[in-house]
Amino acid sequence: MDGDSRIPILRMGRLLLVTIQVDMHDRMAVALQEDLTGQIVRTGATGVLIDISALDLVDSFIGRMLADIAAMARVLDAATVVVGMRPAVAITLVELGLSLEGVQTALNVERGMALLPSVATEPDADEGEDEDDGPVSEADAAPAR
Amino acid sequence: MSGDEVALSSDEDVVRARHVTRRLAVEAGLRLVDQTKLVTAVSELARNTVIHGGGGVLTAGLVHDGPRTGVRVTCQDEGPGIADLDRAFQDGYTTGNGLGLGFGGARRLVHDFDVRTAPGQGTTITVVRWG
Ligand SMILES: Nc1ncnc2c1ncn2[C@@H]1O[C@H](COP(=O)(O)OP(=O)(O)OP(=O)(O)O)[C@@H](O)[C@H]1O
Ligand SMILES: [Mg+2]
Repeated sequence: MDGDSRIPILRMGRLLLVTIQVDMHDRMAVALQEDLTGQIVRTGATGVLIDISALDLVDSFIGRMLADIAAMARVLDAATVVVGMRPAVAITLVELGLSLEGVQTALNVERGMALLPSVATEPDADEGEDEDDGPVSEADAAPAR
Repeated sequence: MSGDEVALSSDEDVVRARHVTRRLAVEAGLRLVDQTKLVTAVSELARNTVIHGGGGVLTAGLVHDGPRTGVRVTCQDEGPGIADLDRAFQDGYTTGNGLGLGFGGARRLVHDFDVRTAPGQGTTITVVRWG
């Protein structure tokens, strides 16, 4: 696996879409977290949808990344939904002791989309392109390691 | 035990450890949930070997006990060892910046869990998950 490969982030209006399709090593997970936070700030996204249906494992590191992404997005006024967690992964997470507190989950992409109100009900409606170069810098998103 | 071996010194090695374990779990005929539990436990232990143990080696293979088949995985390092095992098992206890879930969580995810460690003597952890 390429040590510097990154997970692509797709932009759809005010929504950021991520489909995790490889077994991420830890640096990749950290990079995704940084990239996503940067993109939320740059694009003014109001929703983040992360599809993990291809993942056959979520361990404490990946679980923490998901929770951290949701927490940082919240601070930046964006909602996060994690979709497609496999049953075996969910069962294992519980036994591992990871609660994914604060992370909204949905069965599939369609249901996840429905949980992101900006996409379902008001696509770019009343808000113009606001300037989002706020006081948050990308460096703030880098977790201490 | 016939053995697969993975050197553990980087993030990528932890991913390799997961893949080797998954392949053996499938070979042993473990159900999907059992595979997932074992691979997740190994991911936690291998990461601990890299981060806390300063690197080491993983060996893995099939084990048999009468009609049962299982997968046994050992993570071994020559690192600082674990001085207080009881605390290391506690959820939320960490000397790094993790969640402190890996060690105790890994024990819950396997059937057999054996630790050999002492301060300055390294750490060897062997786990088995049976089919
Ligand atoms: N191989 C090892 N060598 C030395 N110390 C270890 C080893 N494995 C675990 N420990 C000790 O046990 C503690 C608890 O481990 P555990 O995996 O539960 O938490 P963590 O690795 O700190 O965080 P997390 O795994 O949740 O990211 C570690 O902080 C470390 O002090
Ligand atoms: Mg750990």
